[in-house]
Amino acid sequence: MNKKHLLAFFTATVLLLTLAGCTGTKEPGESNMPSATVAGTVNTDGSTSMEKVVKALGEAFSTEYPSVTVNYNGSGSGAGVESVLNGSTDLGLASRSLKEEETASGAVAHVVALDGVVIVVNPENTVSDLTVEQIAGIYTGEIKNWSEVGGADMAIAAYGREAGSGTRSAFEEIVGIKDACRYANEYSSTGDVIGAVSNNPNAIGYASLAAVNDTVKALKVGGVACTEETVRSGEYAIQRPFVIITKEDVTLSTAAEAFLSYALSAEAAPVITAAGVVPANG
Amino acid sequence: MHAVFLVCGLIAVAFVLLITVYLIASGLPAIMQVGLGNFLFGAVWEPTATTREPSFGILPFLLTSIYGTAGAVVLGVPLGFFTAVFLAKAAPPKLAAVVRGAVELLAGIPSVVYGLVGMLVLVPLLREAFRLPAGDSLLAAMLVLAVMILPSIISVAETALRAVPREYEEASLALGATEIETYFRVTAPAAKSGIAAAVVLGVGRAIGEAMAVLMVAGNVANMPSLLTSVKFLTTAIASEMSYAAVGSLQRQALFSIGLVLFLFIMLINALLNLLLKRGGKGGRG
Repeated sequence: MNKKHLLAFFTATVLLLTLAGCTGTKEPGESNMPSATVAGTVNTDGSTSMEKVVKALGEAFSTEYPSVTVNYNGSGSGAGVESVLNGSTDLGLASRSLKEEETASGAVAHVVALDGVVIVVNPENTVSDLTVEQIAGIYTGEIKNWSEVGGADMAIAAYGREAGSGTRSAFEEIVGIKDACRYANEYSSTGDVIGAVSNNPNAIGYASLAAVNDTVKALKVGGVACTEETVRSGEYAIQRPFVIITKEDVTLSTAAEAFLSYALSAEAAPVITAAGVVPANG
Repeated sequence: MHAVFLVCGLIAVAFVLLITVYLIASGLPAIMQVGLGNFLFGAVWEPTATTREPSFGILPFLLTSIYGTAGAVVLGVPLGFFTAVFLAKAAPPKLAAVVRGAVELLAGIPSVVYGLVGMLVLVPLLREAFRLPAGDSLLAAMLVLAVMILPSIISVAETALRAVPREYEEASLALGATEIETYFRVTAPAAKSGIAAAVVLGVGRAIGEAMAVLMVAGNVANMPSLLTSVKFLTTAIASEMSYAAVGSLQRQALFSIGLVLFLFIMLINALLNLLLKRGGKGGRG
């Protein structure tokens, strides 16, 4: 019994001392704090496509700053910008560039990563290059045969993702065929799309850059192959930025500040790559 | 000891109640918001449209589920029924044992395996046979479902055929009817409620199946036609749930689809119970 009491007392003392230490060192105006003293919660809100990246960044960040919790709320890019402007979240997330009216009301974009959407076909397909217009034509059903775009005389089966998928909305938005697609089949994961395209010589599909493998043929878009370099340089057309949004003249909490600079650092690049997108920095 | 049994029994009841209450509570809001008529009879499902109003009509799913199940029954029931007649009446015992073993094996195959074989064999086959861009279609789903419902149809129908008193058949044979005439004119009508139960059981299995269908149907919310890609009630939930944003109307509407499916299957179960009850009476009479 005595031992237990002693242990409890000891633990309590240590806890108290730690807490005292925390409050003691947290002085205003101090920048470049050592990781142990940054504490608190970082709330992020916005793009559902960024869920994987932000969660991966949050996890990696928390191993370095154990007393910081990074929360993610997926409400969509528009709502993310909105909530950072009205102050209901620390950092907004958007999987697109900011609109003019958003920058006018004080939103500042920090590009974290770039997401390339690769157009894939079956390896048997002789087509190796399509323009964005041809891709739009194929997915809206105007182009129905591969011979119309320089391939063999085969019907085209346009494969895509299910409603709600971030890749689908990105693809449709960038190609300019939002809600106008006529899909032959829909799949609920990128892996399924790749698998289905590799099984059907008529098929065309789209997938994130990181998911593409040898079982399918990646098409050039307007003569540019989708690689990390062409996505980063902006040459590859079907891509979108993942941005973290802050508001002008609003001071971030130390935790949010630390998370933002971590997300933009070269240190975070491997984490971002592992989450399936191209890091914008480093 | 009685208390233990009572508790076990009540646990099952509690789960049913819990699921029912949960489904109704989470399924109703979207129906209220969309409107029952628009929800059940709307022909367009575009839950994430941004350039125009999103629409939440599940008529394509409802019709697909009904057509797909009907197709599976049309294909599966004759085959199952004849197999049952063969097993119960015509087959030599050794052959019957082999066939019965195969049917039992068929019942034990997980639905994802049916889906896989359908995806890798049946779908490319249909694509080439009908010169389609892609073979994923309502027809593929019907064929897979037909095979999947065979075991339950066969075993229930066989049991029903065996339960027909031997005297009926003997009387028929003594009157000069051939064996085939006896099976189809005397035995089958006498076992009709059991056979009907087998059909309803098959319907229940087909309408609730998600995995195998997900892999062969193509999953686009088209109005059903035999050779196009379609989405069932079950696969609509399975394919869209993972990316539907929490709290969005799309997610709520998926719960509503779950509610509709639940009521559908309840209806079929009620029908099954009714048939089995009547079958029991008929057997004794």
